[in-house]
Amino acid sequence: MRATSIIYRRELGSYLRSPVGYLIAAAMLLVCGILFQSQALGKEAKLSAGVLSEFFRYCSGCTIGAAIALSVRLIAEERQQHTIVLLNTSPVRDAEIIAGKFLAALTFLAFIVLASFYMPMLIKVNGKITMTQVLVGYLGLILLGGAVLSIGIFASALSKQHLVAAAVSLVLIVVMLQLYPLGMKLDEPVRGVLQDLDLWHKHFGLSFMKGVLNLRDIVYYVAVSYFFLLLGTKTLEAKRWR
Amino acid sequence: MIRAENVCKYYGDKRALGPVSFEISDGETVGFLGLNGAGKTTALRIFACDLRPSQGSVVVGDIDAVKNPHEVRKRIGYLPEHLPLYQDMVVDEYLAYAGRLRQMSKSSIAKRMPEVLEATDLTEVRGEIISTLSHGYRQRVGVGQAIMHDPMLLILDEPTRGLDPVQIVEMRNMIQNLKDNHTVLVSSHILTEISETCDRLLVLGDGAVLASGSEAELATKMRSTSRTVVTVKGAEGSSDKDIAKALREIESVSDVKIGGSEEGATLFEIISGGEIRAEVCRVMVSGGHDVLQLARNHRELESIFLKLVRNEGATSASN
Repeated sequence: MRATSIIYRRELGSYLRSPVGYLIAAAMLLVCGILFQSQALGKEAKLSAGVLSEFFRYCSGCTIGAAIALSVRLIAEERQQHTIVLLNTSPVRDAEIIAGKFLAALTFLAFIVLASFYMPMLIKVNGKITMTQVLVGYLGLILLGGAVLSIGIFASALSKQHLVAAAVSLVLIVVMLQLYPLGMKLDEPVRGVLQDLDLWHKHFGLSFMKGVLNLRDIVYYVAVSYFFLLLGTKTLEAKRWR
Repeated sequence: MIRAENVCKYYGDKRALGPVSFEISDGETVGFLGLNGAGKTTALRIFACDLRPSQGSVVVGDIDAVKNPHEVRKRIGYLPEHLPLYQDMVVDEYLAYAGRLRQMSKSSIAKRMPEVLEATDLTEVRGEIISTLSHGYRQRVGVGQAIMHDPMLLILDEPTRGLDPVQIVEMRNMIQNLKDNHTVLVSSHILTEISETCDRLLVLGDGAVLASGSEAELATKMRSTSRTVVTVKGAEGSSDKDIAKALREIESVSDVKIGGSEEGATLFEIISGGEIRAEVCRVMVSGGHDVLQLARNHRELESIFLKLVRNEGATSASN
């Protein structure tokens, strides 16, 4: 745990020091703000709950994008800059490296996501939504972000190149986003299994996005995160001491 | 003590190292010599627990590095060929980070930091961002991270790579100082530097240890001739031929070559079967000649090295 905390602090510090972290934050908030104005608010009259739901839809897309951008560099960059040797020759476990990096990326992502908080507050001031709906939506965004970060870390552990890691990460995420529509075209029980495994539609679009909190969805995102972090740890382990 | 027994490293079917076996005593400074691809970096990476040997055992202290790499990692400082530096970090922040990774407490880092900064001459730039430092300073930061936790074994892979002549001298002095408190393994392409810095040389070629010993021991094992260069200002009435004749009379001298003259002094190159510098000095002084300079030819190690890697003297060296 001590090594996790050391790596966590260094990694979080590097986000705050480098322009990359601020660029990702600025890009995400800009796109999110534009989509909020142009799509969520729109021209026609809408129920405020509907506007909030639309906001979380677009914000989830931005969160996925930001999480990919934040995560693909985490291990690949260490390899590219040869700093991985410092970690490899220190008495630090692979799981501690992955956990430290994941938690730092998740913290930074949470800051970025929470920086959009003023948008649902605008809806609340002008409409009728509850604080619970807003908080549930943000919990969903952070859980979704965590799952995407873990996929990105796994992809980053596979390669030395950011671009390759980004491509692997993108393919995995697109596949996981298409499981729900793909399941619609198939019969049970495959349909149910695929829909349950979908990254967004069932576990975010039908619940968190609408302000509905289900334990099932929390468990799903935690399980996806754990699974890909475990894969990332095993990949790092296989490449480290061999 | 560090012991390697039948260590091999394969990448797929390709053998990168071994089988090699050798021992390094505590406090010894050992230089790894070899051409590119000889297996120097692979051997050092195995000692640093960065690579797992495909076969064989590596014991550092009493700990088996294959079975318990984490315990060995606590006792090792490693400067790899490519510096493991976070460009965005400040020097002392980076050194503290390296110390924390090696399980140092906050108080021991605070105590150790001034010592490391002084040993690596980084005190002036301790607050600078690493990306703004020159290559020489970065190399020092690399050494700093390796010694931060005061390891028993210090492994330096090409520590003078890319440095200018002044920085090379400074790095050599730094390594000389580190020898007092650590067992040091160094690899380098610069033969004279290895010769000056290390107590013992391990010559690697094609993944195997071709020879081991001090420069003098290697020369003896190789039955190599020793070359001594002496610059003499002859006594009045004596010619260069007279001086050469006197030098030829020294035991084990097989040949004397007369080199160039400058300002009344002449350079002689003496080829002998052993160490003759003291005898040369005595003979010249007793003949009334002035000895302006006397040294072993710095190209001796080069010739030993070339013989070894060309496999000319492998049989004699393995004794």
